[in-house]
Amino acid sequence: MTAASLRSKDLVGIEPLTPDEITLLLDTAESMRAIGERAIKKVPALRGRMVVNLFFEASTRTRFSFETAEKWLSADSLNFAAKGSSVEKGESLLDTARNLQAMSPDLIVIRHGSPGVPHFLARHLKAGVVNAGDGAHEHPTQALLDALTIRQKLGRVEGLNVTIAGDIAHSRVVRSNIWLLTKMGAKVTVCGPPTLLPVHIDRMGVRATTDFDAALDGADVVMMLRMQLERQGKSLFPSVREYFRHYGLDAKRLSRANPKAIVMHPGPMNRGVEIASDIADSDRSVILEQVSNGVAVRMAVLYLLLGGHPWEGES
Amino acid sequence: MSEELTRKARILDADRIGRMVDRMAHEIAERQKDLPGLALIGIRTRGVPLANRLAARLSNLVKQSFPVGTLDITLYRDDLSTVAPQPLLKKTEIDFDLNGRTVLLCDDVLYTGRTIRAALDGVIDLGRPRAIRLAVLIDRGHREFPIEANYVGKSVPTANREVIQVMFQETDGADEVWILERPA
Repeated sequence: MTAASLRSKDLVGIEPLTPDEITLLLDTAESMRAIGERAIKKVPALRGRMVVNLFFEASTRTRFSFETAEKWLSADSLNFAAKGSSVEKGESLLDTARNLQAMSPDLIVIRHGSPGVPHFLARHLKAGVVNAGDGAHEHPTQALLDALTIRQKLGRVEGLNVTIAGDIAHSRVVRSNIWLLTKMGAKVTVCGPPTLLPVHIDRMGVRATTDFDAALDGADVVMMLRMQLERQGKSLFPSVREYFRHYGLDAKRLSRANPKAIVMHPGPMNRGVEIASDIADSDRSVILEQVSNGVAVRMAVLYLLLGGHPWEGES
Repeated sequence: MSEELTRKARILDADRIGRMVDRMAHEIAERQKDLPGLALIGIRTRGVPLANRLAARLSNLVKQSFPVGTLDITLYRDDLSTVAPQPLLKKTEIDFDLNGRTVLLCDDVLYTGRTIRAALDGVIDLGRPRAIRLAVLIDRGHREFPIEANYVGKSVPTANREVIQVMFQETDGADEVWILERPA
């Protein structure tokens, strides 16, 4: 059993975490899952703690997931959406944050379009900071919930072949997943069209290929990424139909993977673009389990950052 | 725990613990009014072996089996805000309906009563038992809450500097109870 605890007041990314810390987060999340299955979905662990959800970018899944986690742990939460706020009146990020700090929140959950914003806030604020997605950089709680889902379905992460396909260049999910999966001993292959595959991505310790069929051979986990049309700005592939023909996951392609392979997607999915509808709805798909696990993972993050310093033994 | 504890005395061995658990099971069988509806819940970590042993002895006595569950009270503790380290969060495993049952909570040591306070909240969140009773192997005194046990293996007067260490075969490889002492 791991006896580690989190070393930082913040969770800005997977990159700074040790394998022990990742295991601790996943083990704690495993125990949190049962709370969602009870009649009374609430425990008093974070009573009287205040969490501010600071979302500068659109999000439904992640924001709802954090809010649910906060409510189930009895924390008080404040929601801040950039629209209609003082940000629109020209306030700087640091000033917004300092004003929030003056209200003494214990934790700030932030999503922002620019990479590094959570790190900046973490340096300047006393409160803990959780990165809920910063540009195309990291999305640590997504990688943790993916790992939790893999562990539940396949029993382990170490030694598995994980193929991540799609818009690698614009994805924060893929970066956090690469850090996590390689730290935990999985073999990661990333795949996408050349225009969406960063040249030096292999320096992160992964195999990179533009050949989707080859990438699927023997995969235990197939993780499809959303085509991030809103981030691309210009046309990076000829058409959606052509993209699906080369990089879309359908039954024929999936048959190249391990017969027990699971299919994942961080959502929201574009059916018929990166994934065929029948695969998304098949029993190989664990997409909705990922969403349920999201709440458990976020509960574990909040709990461990807000005072759960674990140790083994009795008082 | 960062401070060094020294072993002062072994106060119970495997034989004594076995006979104590036997006696507690007899007391429960004798005094517990609605035995057929009884369920045992062990508080992690060392309330769990006690609950299992009491359930086994009780089953032998009255020829009926009893459901046994496991309760983790970590999320119900009242000291999250203090600097004290928290135990690793583990699962609560209670796969039977608590509504209308009598629950016998089991723990190794009764001390301030704060663990039991947290356990009461934890149980109540899972259902509405008809009654909740408490069985402990060692009552060491120093209560901070108005909580008492219904069934006690042994009352051991202690000083605040002392620590009671209960060991069970299942969790620690031996059945023993020790008094430890913190440095002055």
